[in-house]
Amino acid sequence: MLAWTIYISFAGALLLALLPKGKAGNGQSAALARVIALAIAVAGFAIAITGFAAGAGQGRVTIVDVPWVPMMGIHYMLADDGISRVLVLLTGLAAVAGVLFSWNIEHRTSEFFAFFLALIGGVYGVFLSFDLFLLFVFYEIAIVPKYFLIAIWGSTRREYAAMKLALYSFVGSAMVLIVLLAAYATSGSHSTALVDLSRANLPVSFQMWAFPVTFIGFGILAGLWPFHTWAPTGHVAAPTAASMLLAGVVMKLGAYGCLRVAIGLFPHGLDPWGWSFWGIGSWRDVFALLAVIGILFGALVALAQTDFKFVIGYSSVSHMGFVLLGLVTLTQVGVDGAVLQMYSHGVIAGLLFAIVGRIVYERTHTRQLAELEGMYLGRRLPFAAWAFVIAGVASMGLPGFSGFVAELQVLIGAWIAKPWWTAASGVGIVIGVAYTWRALQKAFFTDRLPRPDEHPKEGWPKFDAITWPEVTATCLLFAATLIVGVYPSILLNSIEPAVKALLAGGMQ
Amino acid sequence: MNYADLFRVTLPETALDIAALLVLIVDLGFLRKAALQTRIVASVLIAVLGCGAAVLTMPYQADGGLTYPGTTDLLLSAGGYTAIAQVGILILTVLTLFLLIGSDFTKHVSEFVAVVLMAATGGLLISAAQDLLVIFVGLELLSLGLYILTAFAKRSGKSAESAMKYYLFGGMSAAFLLFGFSYLYGLTGSTNLHQIMLGFYGPTVISSTSLVYVALVMIAAGLGFKVAAVPFHLWAPDTYEGAPAPAVAFIASVSKVASFALLIGIGTAADHIFNQMGHSDVVTVSRGSMTKWIGFTGPWSLIIAIIAVASMVFGNLAALAQNSVRRLLAYSAIAHAGYILLAVAYYSGSNINANAILYYILTYGLTTIGAFGAVSVVERIHGSDRMDAFLGLYKRNGLLAGVLLVLFLSLAGIPPLVGFWAKFNLFAAVLQVNRGMVPFAFVALAVAMSAVSLYYYLQVLKRVFVMPPANETPVKGTPLTMGVLALITLVVVVLGCLPGLMQSWMASFYAGM
Repeated sequence: MLAWTIYISFAGALLLALLPKGKAGNGQSAALARVIALAIAVAGFAIAITGFAAGAGQGRVTIVDVPWVPMMGIHYMLADDGISRVLVLLTGLAAVAGVLFSWNIEHRTSEFFAFFLALIGGVYGVFLSFDLFLLFVFYEIAIVPKYFLIAIWGSTRREYAAMKLALYSFVGSAMVLIVLLAAYATSGSHSTALVDLSRANLPVSFQMWAFPVTFIGFGILAGLWPFHTWAPTGHVAAPTAASMLLAGVVMKLGAYGCLRVAIGLFPHGLDPWGWSFWGIGSWRDVFALLAVIGILFGALVALAQTDFKFVIGYSSVSHMGFVLLGLVTLTQVGVDGAVLQMYSHGVIAGLLFAIVGRIVYERTHTRQLAELEGMYLGRRLPFAAWAFVIAGVASMGLPGFSGFVAELQVLIGAWIAKPWWTAASGVGIVIGVAYTWRALQKAFFTDRLPRPDEHPKEGWPKFDAITWPEVTATCLLFAATLIVGVYPSILLNSIEPAVKALLAGGMQ
Repeated sequence: MNYADLFRVTLPETALDIAALLVLIVDLGFLRKAALQTRIVASVLIAVLGCGAAVLTMPYQADGGLTYPGTTDLLLSAGGYTAIAQVGILILTVLTLFLLIGSDFTKHVSEFVAVVLMAATGGLLISAAQDLLVIFVGLELLSLGLYILTAFAKRSGKSAESAMKYYLFGGMSAAFLLFGFSYLYGLTGSTNLHQIMLGFYGPTVISSTSLVYVALVMIAAGLGFKVAAVPFHLWAPDTYEGAPAPAVAFIASVSKVASFALLIGIGTAADHIFNQMGHSDVVTVSRGSMTKWIGFTGPWSLIIAIIAVASMVFGNLAALAQNSVRRLLAYSAIAHAGYILLAVAYYSGSNINANAILYYILTYGLTTIGAFGAVSVVERIHGSDRMDAFLGLYKRNGLLAGVLLVLFLSLAGIPPLVGFWAKFNLFAAVLQVNRGMVPFAFVALAVAMSAVSLYYYLQVLKRVFVMPPANETPVKGTPLTMGVLALITLVVVVLGCLPGLMQSWMASFYAGM
C-alpha cells in the first residue's frame, strides 16, 4: 500500500503540469492547484501513517516485486522495513507542511506544485526501493525538480545555488553509479536487488574502495563536510517549501543511502586497514572525523552568520553531522539515534526554515539579523517569536523534543565506539545552543533601542496577519517533534529491529 | 552467387531506390505547379511508404546474407545486428523526413527527399557490408548524399560554407580510409573482412607490424570522421550549425547508426576469427599480465580507445562554452560518440555488446532528431539558434518546452528517460567484457563526464523554464511537427520507464541465429 505514496505524487505532478493555465483569472487556477497539491500531500501522509501503523512489529514487507529489465536482472522491487516506514512518514509530514507553507505562492503556482510533488514522489521512491537500481533511479529523479524549484522560485543568487546543488547532486550520484556498475559486474549474481547484492559476498578488496566512494557519493547530499557547500547556499536560495524539503527530506536521502547502500552492502569497507595514522585506521575513523568536523564547523560558522537563513542552513550541516556520526558508530544505539535524528532534524529544520523563510521573511522582506534587530519582532510577530523559541529549543536538543533523544543516542553510540568522538561533538551541541540563542535574541527579543531615524512617526506598520495554513503547519510540526520527544518508542520500536538486521549483515 | 540471390539480399535497398525515383517522378512530373507544402507532404508520403516497404521486405531477405560464389565467406550479412541497424535507419529516416514538413529552406523538395533516401540506401549497405569494397561504396553513397543535404539551403551562406568544409574534410578522410584499405589488401591479399582477420595470423602481417598500425590508424581516421570522433571532428560543429535542420538530424542519427553498425561488423569479424585462432601469433599491444589490466590485446582496440577518451573529454568540455544550441548539440554528439566508441574498443562479439551499442545509437538518434526538430521550430521564429532565442519558451509554447525538457534530460542521462538506460547498458557491456583496472577507469571517466554534461544541458533548460521571455510572441510549429516531437518525447519516456521492451525487441532478431 505504501507504494501508492509514490504513484499519487507523480500522478499529481503530471496533473498539475497539464493543468490549463487560466489566461485572465489566474487566481482561480492557482487556488485549484493549491487544493490539488494539498489533497495529494495529505493523501500521501495518510497512506504513510496507515502503512506505518500496519507495519508495526513486522520486518521487511515486500510491496511489489516484478522483473523490470529481465535481461539485466533488474527488479521493480518496492518494500518497506522499519527504517523506511519512519522516513516515509517524515516525507509525508514534510510534504503536507511544505504545501501549507507555500500557500502564498502566486507565481506559476501549478508548475511550482508540479515540481514539488515530483520531488516528493522521487523521495518516497528512494525510501521504498529495495533494488539498488530502482533506488538509484528515484534518487536521480529527485535532482531535476530541486533545480527548477530553486532556480525559478528562489531568492539570493538562486541560479548559482540551483546549479551548484544540481551539479553536486549529480556528481554524487555519478559516484554511486560507478559503484553500482562495478558491484553489478563483480557480484555476478545477475541481480541488483539489495538483498541479493548483500548476499553476494563481494570481495573485501572491492568493498574497501566501494564503501568510501558510495559513502561520499551519498554523503554529498547529506551535507558531509567538506562536500557540504551546496547546502547553505541551496537552502538560502530556495523558496521556503523547497528549503524545508531540502533540509527535511533530501538531505535524508543522502544519509539513507549511506546507511542502506554503503553500510548495508559494503560492511567490510569499514574494517580496519591494518595500519593507522594518528588514530585513523579505517574508513570508519575517516568518516567519523569528517562528521565531527562537520558538527563543529557547521555550528561555528552558524555562529558568525549575519543572514538569519544562513544560520539555519549551517545548523543543518551541523545536525546532519550527528546523523553521519551515528551511522559510522556501527553500534545499535548509535545507528538508532542516527535514524531518529534524520526524522527529528527533518521536522525541526523544516519548521525553522518555515519560520525564517515564510513567516518572518515574507513580512519583513529582510533576513539580515542586523535589520531584524530594529524591528522588534518579539512584540510585533508574537506567533513567529514563540514558534521560533519552541523550534529553537527543540533544535538545541532540550529534553521533551525529538532532537534530544536522537542526539543522546548518537552520543552514547559514539562513546561506545570511541569516546573522543562524543567529547568533540558534545562541544558542537554547546555551540548549537549559542548560535540558536544568538539568532533568537537578535531576531526577536533584542533590547536595542531604535535609532531616531528608524522609529516611524505613525507607529509601526502592521504586518500581514498570520494565516491559517501557517498555523496549521506549525502546529503539525510541533506535534511531530513533541510526540516523538515524549514517547520515542513510537518510532524506536520500528527502527530498532530494522537497524539490528541491517547491522547483522543480512537484510533479512 | 547469382543475381536472384543478390536481389533477395538487397530488397530493402531496392525498395528505397524505387521510392527515390518515384518521388522524383511524382514531384517533377505531376506537382510542378502545386503549393510548396503540398509537394513536401506528397514527397514525404511516398518516401515514408518506401521506408515502410523496405521494412516489410526484410523478412524475405536471404537467411544469413549473401556469400561470395563458391565460398562460405559473407559479402553482405543479413539478420542479427544488421537487421536491427537497418530497421533503425529506416525509422530514423522517416522521422527525419517529418521534420521537412513545414520548412521552407528549399524549393527542390523532391531532390531533397530523393537524396535522403539514396543516402539511407548507403546506410543500409554499410550496415550489411562484409567487404572493403562494399564498405567503401556504401560509405561514399552515404557521404555524398550528406554533402548535398548540407548545402541544400541555397539562400544561406552558412549552409554553403558548412557543406564545403564537410566535403573537404570528408574527401580527405575517404582518401585516408581508402589508403588504409589498400594496405590491408596488400598485407592480407583479400578484401573480405573475415579473410583479412585470418590474414592477421599469417607470417606477412606478423613481420610488418608497423604497416598494420599505419593501415589501422588510417581506417580509424576515416571512420572516426564519420562518427565525429576527436580528432576527426572538426567538421561537426560547423555542419551542425549551418546545415538545414532535417539534414542535421539525418547526419546526427542515420549516418551515425550506419557507421556504428559498420564498426560492429568489423568487431564481430575480428572476434569471430579471434575465437577460432586464439591469442597466438598475432599483432598485440599487450602481453601477459598487461592484458589483465587494460583488457584488450589488439591495436585496433587501442586506437579506438584513445579516440573514445579524447572524444568524451573534449566533446563535453567544449560544449560547456557554446552559445549556439546547434553547436552545443554538435559537441554533445562528439561526446556521445566517445561513450559508444568505448564500447567498440571493448567489443566482445557477443550479442549483448552489439545490442548495447545499437541501443545507445538508436535511442540517441531518436532523441537528437527530436532535439533538432524542437530547435528548428524556435529558429523559424527567431532566425537564430542562440541560447537567448529560447528565453521564456515555457510561456510561449508549453509543449515545446516540455519536449526540450525531456529530450535534453535524456541526453544528459537522467533516469527514467531512455538515455540513462542506454548509458547504463553501454557501460555495463564494457565491464562485462573486462573488469580490469583500465576499462573501469574509462567507465568512471565516462560517468564523470556525463555529470559535466548536465551543466550545459541545464544551461539551455534554464533559459527555457527559468528566465523570463524577452518577448511574448508565441512560438508555433505546424501541428504535424509538434505531433512528431510529442511522439518522440513519449517514446523516450515510455522506453525509459519500460527499458525491457526494446531489449527484448532487439533480442528477437538473434532468435534464428
